[in-house]
Amino acid sequence: MNDQTPITREQRIEKLQGQGCSRKRVEDVRFTQGKGNYVDDIKLPGMLFGDFVRSPYGHANVKSINTEAALKVPGVLAVITAEDLKPLNLHYMPTLAGDVQAVLADEKVLFQGQEVAFVVATDRYAAADGVEAVEVDYEALPVINDPHKSMDDDAPTLREDIAGKMEGAHGARKHNNHIFFWEEGDKEGTDKALADAEVVVEEQITYQRVHPCPLETCGCVASMDKITGKLTVWGTFQAPHAVRTVASLITNIAEHNIRIISPDIGGGFGNKVGVYPGYICSIVASIVTGAPVKWVEDRIENLTATAFARDYHMTGKLAATKEGIITGLSAYVLADHGAFDACADPTKFPAGFFSIVTGAYDIPVAHVGVDGVYTNKAPGGVAYRCSFRVTEAAYLIERMIDILARKLDMDPAEIRMKNFIKKEQFPYDSALGWEYDSGDYHTAMEKALDTIDYKALRAEQAENRAAFDRGETRTLMGIGVAFFTEIVGAGPVKNCDILGLGMFDSCEIRIHPTGSATARLGTISQGQGHATTFPQIIASEIGIPAEDITLEEGDTDTAPYGLGTYGSRSTPVAGAATAMAARKIKAKAQMIAAYLLEVHDSDLEWDVDRFQVKGNPELHKTMKEIAFAAYTQAIPGLEPGLEAVSYYDPPNMTYPFGAYIGVVDIDVDTGEVDVRRFYALDDCGTRINPMIIEGQVHGGLTEALAIVMGQDISYDEIGNMSGSSLMDFFLPTAVETPNWETGFTETPSPHHPIGAKGVGESPNVGGVPALSNAVHDAFAHKGLTHTQMPHDHWRVWKTAQSLGLTE
Amino acid sequence: MIPGSFEYHRPSSLDDAVGLMSSLGEDALLVAGGHSLIPMMKLRMAAPEHLIDLQDVQSLKSISIDGGKVALGAMVTQAELIASEELCAICPLLKEASLQIADPQIRNLGTIGGNVANGDPGNDMPAVMQTLGATYMLTGPDGEREVAAKDFYEAAYFTAREDNEILTAICFDAPAKGHGSAYLKQKRKIGDYATAAAAVVLEISGGNCTAASIGLTNVGDTPLLAEEASAILVGSSLDDDTVKKAMEAARAITDPASDGRGPKEFRTHIAGIMVQRAIALAQSRAK
Amino acid sequence: MSEIDISMTINGQKVEGKADPRTLLIHFLREDQLLTGPHIGCDTTHCGACTVDMDGLSVKSCTVFVGQANGKDILTIEGMAEADGTLHALQTAFSDNHGLQCGFCTPGMITRAYRLLQENPDPTEEEIRYGISGNLCRCTGYQNIVKAIQVAAKELSSVKEAAE
Repeated sequence: MNDQTPITREQRIEKLQGQGCSRKRVEDVRFTQGKGNYVDDIKLPGMLFGDFVRSPYGHANVKSINTEAALKVPGVLAVITAEDLKPLNLHYMPTLAGDVQAVLADEKVLFQGQEVAFVVATDRYAAADGVEAVEVDYEALPVINDPHKSMDDDAPTLREDIAGKMEGAHGARKHNNHIFFWEEGDKEGTDKALADAEVVVEEQITYQRVHPCPLETCGCVASMDKITGKLTVWGTFQAPHAVRTVASLITNIAEHNIRIISPDIGGGFGNKVGVYPGYICSIVASIVTGAPVKWVEDRIENLTATAFARDYHMTGKLAATKEGIITGLSAYVLADHGAFDACADPTKFPAGFFSIVTGAYDIPVAHVGVDGVYTNKAPGGVAYRCSFRVTEAAYLIERMIDILARKLDMDPAEIRMKNFIKKEQFPYDSALGWEYDSGDYHTAMEKALDTIDYKALRAEQAENRAAFDRGETRTLMGIGVAFFTEIVGAGPVKNCDILGLGMFDSCEIRIHPTGSATARLGTISQGQGHATTFPQIIASEIGIPAEDITLEEGDTDTAPYGLGTYGSRSTPVAGAATAMAARKIKAKAQMIAAYLLEVHDSDLEWDVDRFQVKGNPELHKTMKEIAFAAYTQAIPGLEPGLEAVSYYDPPNMTYPFGAYIGVVDIDVDTGEVDVRRFYALDDCGTRINPMIIEGQVHGGLTEALAIVMGQDISYDEIGNMSGSSLMDFFLPTAVETPNWETGFTETPSPHHPIGAKGVGESPNVGGVPALSNAVHDAFAHKGLTHTQMPHDHWRVWKTAQSLGLTE
Repeated sequence: MIPGSFEYHRPSSLDDAVGLMSSLGEDALLVAGGHSLIPMMKLRMAAPEHLIDLQDVQSLKSISIDGGKVALGAMVTQAELIASEELCAICPLLKEASLQIADPQIRNLGTIGGNVANGDPGNDMPAVMQTLGATYMLTGPDGEREVAAKDFYEAAYFTAREDNEILTAICFDAPAKGHGSAYLKQKRKIGDYATAAAAVVLEISGGNCTAASIGLTNVGDTPLLAEEASAILVGSSLDDDTVKKAMEAARAITDPASDGRGPKEFRTHIAGIMVQRAIALAQSRAK
Repeated sequence: MSEIDISMTINGQKVEGKADPRTLLIHFLREDQLLTGPHIGCDTTHCGACTVDMDGLSVKSCTVFVGQANGKDILTIEGMAEADGTLHALQTAFSDNHGLQCGFCTPGMITRAYRLLQENPDPTEEEIRYGISGNLCRCTGYQNIVKAIQVAAKELSSVKEAAE
């Protein structure tokens, strides 16, 4: 069965479409024809539809719920309230953060948009009519919309369900509205560094509340088969196995009788990690009615009730020498978690990996403290296109460095170069306890500065400033520099878990007799192109062309257990599992080849797609031939078949990094900010598919642009939320979005089987400080130290006005 | 977001439409392009029992240009308006403003009649029509009447149109040959309602402004015709001092709401900037 | 409320039926006709995921009642490829140029781009950006979408030239 067509080694490599090539996506053929299968596309016989009655109040007692009229609406079958869920003990559900969240409001509502009742009807129109007809009597209560007031002595108690319980999931609570205090680092040493410093800068930096807002909202279809006793739930789940386990724990349905399926997902960005009341209510409704029940939120519900991000109110202090060498960092955060603590962080990290806040810098001593508090806002606190709280950390340190540079009258690029961890210091132990795996920051920064011709830009800016002062222009130019270190790939099971589930991931590979393969992973793509890239890893490892490998994810009945896709963990964790599973196959294949070639294992060497006899490459067996033999020959000492599974527990996180530089032009009379240029250099270790990496960077930068220039979810003093539709919540169009320039360096992770680090979230983590720094830089020479995001027109104009630059 | 139930009517003549309006009374609403009404219905902020779709009323669909007299049928879409070369040649302001309304899909269905009639202070065309000195033709059970655009708007969503009337056409005299015009709109992003916007039409002769008209969008409860600001410009060379005075006069009549676009003071400020820049642009375009 | 008769052409096929007049065109297409290519992303005409072609015009089907579409000719993403399965140049170009990621905006985006290229066969980059300004994408940052439309425009005009 030797391949008859002689082809060159280069041709064999090309045929694999393995790691490093810009393989076209296999997903696209169905998406471009409208043949994707998203959750709202699912239609089952007899399927019902559920819709929520939601609170118009930010904080109120629910005095009564009258469902009588609603039940008379044609098509309405049931209206479920907390009273119905109580006997099942399902009126509260556990959150990922060790808190509980009301599935349906239990006697009071705590945020505008909170779920109060679930109307089940024959279709979505009847369900909406039913929602209109439910009468709820509320008694308004005082609202806390400012986290700084949550722990005031006279603050109203928000969470009656845990009032007086002063021990929380993360230690002692010091107030009824307090969730946790978490700290890391050397407080005493940091205080001393600050006290002894030649220079100290301090700033209050808020990272406003925003929302991941994927184009597809959250939803599910729950179907309880009363005959088999099996519950199937299709849903927008970024972590299907975790959902299965949680569903089993809270419904008491045995886990083997629950099947969770994540079909195609229309973007996640962190929005689809959590468990939402809609899922629970749909499951309950399906169990009660015996029919499948669909729930799909609309956009207003999505922005109002499922998974906000950020809302970190930070105080940063940097100690430094007069020469700009940083000698210490202190960071304190007041974290607004909303009405329930539903952050999606590994259990032991209530503030995520915020302690990456020392960034890319060799800072000898540091301390962080985070207080989490309740307010009358929607729950969430998810990682919106970043690893857990990493964008908040990167924003703080990158703003603080700029502020320090300004104080010392140093160039922002120069001060970063001075403080970078040096290449030879890796693996590097940070002051806050992380072991950075690899990096070459100076090279990356120099490449970025050269590519964008930083010197020329600064010269142009000097001319622009002079022209502005002469009254010849009303536009100010700003140059934003940012350098970030991400921490992704959660994570080592010894310290990373979600609800006790270790954050490993998995891959199972089956090689079929004719040499093609099926691989299944514990992750789930939401647009990242897993079906394209993971086969590339396998192709390079075992020499089966990527096009002959089908990748399946998202069905818990078939996929091996995994913790899902978020926090840029798919490549670092499941990607590693994939390589390791492939290597198990390769090890067995080597034994089969040795038998077939009648040589000893150790006489063979691997070459692209085959094992060949050392010194005699004409004698070889391709992986295709080996696969066939595995199923057709009795090989002494070996089991038939060729498949493997790997559960990979990473020894460490991975630490991607990047140097971003943006240039903006600001019209001081209108406050409009035009992004003229933006260069993003990313180092995500080994690059699997450059085309997909570049696409991820474009998308992440555009999300960063949205956050910096306009996204803002705020609440007024009676708890009304603003920014609840796409009229007001800023998603840039093609007109506002610039062309992004991208570049890379490649510093492999030493502990990852193929050296890959993950990239999906880097552009958001680096893009936000780079763009914000650019806006600040435009006004820096006029004395601006810091101003809060978003840098929308009126706030930028206000800044110009406060600096005396307006008419 | 699901609308409530209604009966759907699609009359084929204006008489039939007027008849339906009279017989169905206040439970009926007209739908033209639907891009203001349908979102309100989906939010259940509007819940008509009857919806009267005007799309088959052919008499509402024409653009008529007779010498300098322009009559736009109410059902002319923004896209049709943009595509009319003859109209754009004599009144480029309309195209410039239309292109800043929403997006291509919405302009394909959104009509000029709907845009001026529903009384949303965020809509762009009302101020443009005031600037052009347009008249709206209204037909009701008692026949036809005219209302000047500047008298049409009473408050947000309240207009001079009676519930049983249909706004059928918008009529105006094309600005003088050689005029210069501009519609400048600051917005958070393309397609958004204006933070503030200004429409300006100028006539210039021998370096001096001989006629001026200025309208303002979304800086008050209604569109605003900045008559004093316009008067300040007439007779001047549009020198900086005069333009500044006009800006201030325009700002003085604004009373914008504070919203996600910015607080009142900012939107008032921007109204002035838009006026200033629109004057300069219109001046540069005048022959 | 009484149902109304529905009669329209969808992707070249005559469709007759009855519907509640408040049915939105997007729901009629997705739930009655099982054409789930057009999606619902925002409900408020901002995102364009529901874009279809109606009598030769791009429209947002989340804000059109089914009665308003009566008598019209509707084209959805499902009708974009030729009868023999040959993909439209835009479908190929989106894939070749990585103009999509999660795929949720893609049907609306391609349907809009299809009409844009009919209206303006040789658009500049700026014209493309304004032309798709009614369609939001959260994944790509538009850069490769714009590129894909440029490539498709070239491809379509070269096919047209060859035919002439």
